[in-house]
Amino acid sequence: MSSVRRRRGSEAQSKEIQAEENNKEEEEEEKEHGEDDNDKNKKKKKMKDEKSKEKQEKKRKWSCIDSCCWFVGCICTVWWLMLFLYKLMPASLPQYVTEAITGPLPDPPGVKLKKEGLTAKHPVVFVPGIVTGGLELWEGHQCAEGLFRKRLWGGTFGEVYKRPSCWAEHMSLDNETGLDPPGIRVRPVSGLVAADYFAPGYFVWAVLIANLAHIGYEEKSMYMAAYDWRISFQNTEVRDRALSRIKSNIELMVATNGGNKAVILPHSMGVLYFLHFMKWVEAPAPLGGGGGSDWCSKYIKAVVNIGGPFLGVPKAIAGLFSAEARDIAVARALAPGFLDNDLFRLQTLQHVMRMTRTWDSTMSMIPRGGETIWGGLDWSPEEGYTPSERKQNSNNTQLTGQETNKTNVNYGRMISFGRDVAEAPSTEIEMTDFRGAIKGHSVANTSCRDVWTEYHDMGVEGVRAVAEHKVYTASSIIDLLQFVAPKMMARGSAHFSYGIADNLDDPKYQHYKYWSNPLETKLPNAPDMEIFSMYGVGLPTERAYIYKLSPYAECYIPFEIDTTAEGPDEDSCLKGGVYTVDGDETVPVLSTGFMCAKGWRGKTRFNPFGIKTYIREYEHSPPANFLEGRGTQSGAHVDIMGNFALIEDVIRVAAGAKGEDLRGDQVYSDIFKWSEKIKLRL
Amino acid sequence: MSFLRRRKASLNPGPPDSDHEEDEKEKKKLKRQQKKKRRKEKEKEKEKEKEKEEEEKVEKANSKGCRVAPKAKKWSCVDSCCWFIGVICSLWWFLLFLYNAMPASFPQYVAEAITGPYPDPPGVKLRKEGLTANHPVVFVPGIVTGGLELWEGRQCADGLFRQRLWGGTFGELYKRSLCWVEHMSLDNETGLDRPGIRVRPVSGLVAADYFAPGYFVWAVLIANLARVGYEEKNMYMAAYDWRISFQNTEVRDRTLSRIKNNIELMVATNGGKKVVVIPHSMGVLYFLHFMKWVEAPPPMGGGGGSDWCAKHIKAVMNIGGPFLGVPKSVAGLFSIEARDIAVARAFAPGVLDKDVFGLQTLEHLMRMTRTWDSTMSMIPKGGDTIWGGLDWSPEGYYNCSAKKHKTNDSIKPCQNDKRSQSMKHVNYGRLISFGKDAAELHSSKLDMLDFRGSLKGRRSHMNTSTCDIWTEYHEMGVEGIRAVSDYKAYTADAVLDLLRFVAPKMMKRGDAHFSHGIADNLDDPKYKHYKYWSNPLETRLPHAPDMEIYSMYGVGIPTERAYVYKSTSQSECYIPFQIDTSANGGDEDPCLKDGVYSANGDETVPVLSAGFMCAKGWRGKTRFNPSGIRTFIREYEHAPPANLLEGRGTQSGAHVDILGNFALIEDIIRVAAGASGEDLGGDRVHSEIFKWSENINLKL
Repeated sequence: MSSVRRRRGSEAQSKEIQAEENNKEEEEEEKEHGEDDNDKNKKKKKMKDEKSKEKQEKKRKWSCIDSCCWFVGCICTVWWLMLFLYKLMPASLPQYVTEAITGPLPDPPGVKLKKEGLTAKHPVVFVPGIVTGGLELWEGHQCAEGLFRKRLWGGTFGEVYKRPSCWAEHMSLDNETGLDPPGIRVRPVSGLVAADYFAPGYFVWAVLIANLAHIGYEEKSMYMAAYDWRISFQNTEVRDRALSRIKSNIELMVATNGGNKAVILPHSMGVLYFLHFMKWVEAPAPLGGGGGSDWCSKYIKAVVNIGGPFLGVPKAIAGLFSAEARDIAVARALAPGFLDNDLFRLQTLQHVMRMTRTWDSTMSMIPRGGETIWGGLDWSPEEGYTPSERKQNSNNTQLTGQETNKTNVNYGRMISFGRDVAEAPSTEIEMTDFRGAIKGHSVANTSCRDVWTEYHDMGVEGVRAVAEHKVYTASSIIDLLQFVAPKMMARGSAHFSYGIADNLDDPKYQHYKYWSNPLETKLPNAPDMEIFSMYGVGLPTERAYIYKLSPYAECYIPFEIDTTAEGPDEDSCLKGGVYTVDGDETVPVLSTGFMCAKGWRGKTRFNPFGIKTYIREYEHSPPANFLEGRGTQSGAHVDIMGNFALIEDVIRVAAGAKGEDLRGDQVYSDIFKWSEKIKLRL
Repeated sequence: MSFLRRRKASLNPGPPDSDHEEDEKEKKKLKRQQKKKRRKEKEKEKEKEKEKEEEEKVEKANSKGCRVAPKAKKWSCVDSCCWFIGVICSLWWFLLFLYNAMPASFPQYVAEAITGPYPDPPGVKLRKEGLTANHPVVFVPGIVTGGLELWEGRQCADGLFRQRLWGGTFGELYKRSLCWVEHMSLDNETGLDRPGIRVRPVSGLVAADYFAPGYFVWAVLIANLARVGYEEKNMYMAAYDWRISFQNTEVRDRTLSRIKNNIELMVATNGGKKVVVIPHSMGVLYFLHFMKWVEAPPPMGGGGGSDWCAKHIKAVMNIGGPFLGVPKSVAGLFSIEARDIAVARAFAPGVLDKDVFGLQTLEHLMRMTRTWDSTMSMIPKGGDTIWGGLDWSPEGYYNCSAKKHKTNDSIKPCQNDKRSQSMKHVNYGRLISFGKDAAELHSSKLDMLDFRGSLKGRRSHMNTSTCDIWTEYHEMGVEGIRAVSDYKAYTADAVLDLLRFVAPKMMKRGDAHFSHGIADNLDDPKYKHYKYWSNPLETRLPHAPDMEIYSMYGVGIPTERAYVYKSTSQSECYIPFQIDTSANGGDEDPCLKDGVYSANGDETVPVLSAGFMCAKGWRGKTRFNPSGIRTFIREYEHAPPANLLEGRGTQSGAHVDILGNFALIEDIIRVAAGASGEDLGGDRVHSEIFKWSENINLKL
């Protein structure tokens, strides 16, 4: 617009004539080069005529390129102008605008609590989850030249797009050991920068850090326990000494902060990592940290778990089984939409799958506790759950779903082949056992060999056997994965365990592979310690899947989620082949809440010293408007880190409050009801 | 060029201007059909548009060109501008694209094509020799090079939370400079945070790997260490807030405890291998302080016990360490001038140096830097004994031009009178002289009036409107200033008194944290106070006979050693002294240039300061080194980068650039991989440090 105006205004200027002439001459010259002699002559003549005629005229001839350049120039100018204006703008302007629209914003919790007089007291330790921590390159192959100490994971992910195969090569681990492949060293970023922002503008811990800083926290009293989230927990110690570093830093912070014990804030997989840490630190030296049996009670005031998958995540199964999940955070985010199509897609997915399968840590999140926790063929703790029920409370728009049919969803069948199988009563299902099935030797043509997944070793018979078992519960899924990906699971079962302990005093439970499973370990002897489980509710969360065989040729992942399976109405739990249940979009309530609601409540065999536990749920409500970004009341798995209510709770605990001061439990979901249905010996 | 080519090519698809052109194009039968179609469409569209325009500008509508060449438009000045910008942008993007598409090793190929194959970087070379990571490594950065970030600020610093105020791009300095100065300053009384402001050091390796984008500090060393297998579990950057005094880093940030803890952790997790500490610049003094602190008992010290250093430290490899202070810091504190003062001048760009602006800027900077206690750690220590008196100096007959010949420097005229210069006696001992003649006269002829007792005039005729900026000079008044300049020549001892006279508040803070003397009796219990810990002449090295101390520094660059000052004759709002840049030694005294006498050194620290302790003060068993810790001197002759592609050079001896010196890096890696000083070949000396050290009469 402005350019038009400007153009008109300047039309009268006499400079135009000059410019015009110059340009004509230029053009003439160019044409001389371009055309043959006849043309040249003709043209010259013509041009001369025109010249004389048009001398007074203020006309110009525009070639396409000129227009382009003009256009680009305009865009650039306008862009710079805007940028300049933007820079001039006071930093608080967006806030003013927002306030003008929505009324005054509430104070951020840090400011609010500072006014209440809270100050920094207990040192704070952040334990980031899977995916959110940055990884950087310390040694690489030829193709990764110039990337020394640049982030391969986190930040802008520029390299994924520039050299994807090189990137995948460096992000993968050794398939046998689960450690570095030769010649490659990728290491976690350390310090608060490791996980404050995942990508530019996408906060993880940054909001929490900023609010803690308001009441006086700084780096001497905050520590980011960054670790390489790809490798198994014990290997972070073996390779990077990560656990020793955490221990040493907690000790240091407690010592330099006047003996105030630390408040630990693990998020997502960090919750399991910290469970592992608590066992490690008290275990004797060769295998453990040798801190003595009272280390936790001496150094830890509270463990504030945020969105912790104590009992695993069903999503992890879909991720491992077929690298699929409705919104799988692990890998799908990196396979942008256009790669999802056609042939591209399969190759990409297989690349991603090959990469993620070398990451031992993904196996830490396979559902634990088997059918006791997750339900069998015909029952599940959550049965009877209707998603619409609670949505109404939160004045959601989907009011139509009131009369949802009360048919029970068989959440216990985590994987079913075909929708009818998922819904049929167990007596009608004909299950053929796959465990003994012979794996056909790979008839795969070797051209697919460059992309390695273990499916090639399975052959057609193996694939069919898997599909004919029809229905898999939490316990048979472990067998399924062992059948489908034996090498991966061999690594996994060396580091993780998914069962329930009969006798916790069995000496075998001193092995580190049990340390991250709350059902096979005891909490430490720290009666003053408090354990919080904070998580979002009110979002549909993946709980069970309907699979089908994919009808493609050899080079493929032979199973995929049957996205055509839809529930009867739009409010049902089944959508796109996925049964959903209440949760924070990634972790179902059952997994985050059960241990604190029942497994550890009071004195149980898992919590022999009666550590107090609290459940703090945060009802999800989407951001009110666009300006709020990811919202201040979100309950989503990662966005909850910006939830003001949660931050306030965390700050209060860090400033010295106890669970009772926060008024104990805060529950919106049916977690206590569901926990009652689980028959676990306590 | 590329643009022209493109334009030509586009003539064909471009719209026809006349019937004539159409004929031409009919000869070229390619794409004819398409063009016709397109043209027709365009003609229709354009004609519609043109009709509107014609209504507006009837006189132009008659023209033939308009009818025949429907696409013709007005080519105005603004259009030209837009067109021009467009071309530039397109070209820029194109080049950027090419640059991005270029393989990363391309510049190296070019450089190798010009200069012949590069030597392997030391990390690669030593890896081939089979060296691997052995001892954990601790970096202690110096002043200025560490990043600082904002944790709490005033209104004007909105949105800068955890952004770097120091280091990085310094973007805020230009955008809101007053705000920036306010946040970088410390409290004038306590030397700690001002209320409502918390600026804290960045932690981790990123704290000082690059000072600004592209300007490496530790990055090259880190990269080479990584080649032999180092990573974050065995490298640690002991970043601290370099503005505050050493002991205050512990009081406020617990920095010393963190360093202690991290060293202990690294030793424990690396199989009991002791650490190799690599302090640079002021970090050297900081680490001296640390070694005393860590063994001192708890309330003041770290309580590590008297064998902590012996148990945890294999070697201290000091790089460019100002053990005995830096003359440059005197100029910095006195008038915030120095030929290339790193602290502040670099950030006062040329424009600001002029006129009224200049003075205001300098005073702002002065006010800011004077609140930084750490600058006082580098005031020359040891007084006249070390730095020379009115008529003698250890470097006495240093030949300023001799070194230059070797390094084929451009200063050729010096060559002619080489002999005469070498005999020239420079009074380096007079760190500050008022007037060139005062600098050269024999002391017996100097007429010195003592300034110490003189009255400071109250600021009577101060006009308060212009001088809103506070420096202590305003309280001195005219008499004080005259008294200072009447004293004529200041030696290292007198300089301390001078600073106390000129800036009493600042020095009061400084004297609480640093000491600049020589101990008579090291057993005196007063030396248990922390203010002596960073002065090697007032402390003993720890009892750690297996430890090694290296002093590594560059030589061959003229380094500021003494100054010729004059008082400025301007109005009230100013710093009343400045370096007399008109004082030039000319041919017969090449050491004097623009009012600065230079001696051999690394451009910032004179050889004397960097080398004396290891050459003599600590050599063998002395009272400063009772357990006989072995010391080694490793000098690196400066050679400027051979060509532009080499950047800051791989053989540089300059104070910061030496961190990219291949020979130095190789030495460090060898020691980190387990070598001892003898394995490196002991001392490596290019300068006359041993001779000069002999000139110093210090009781050992």
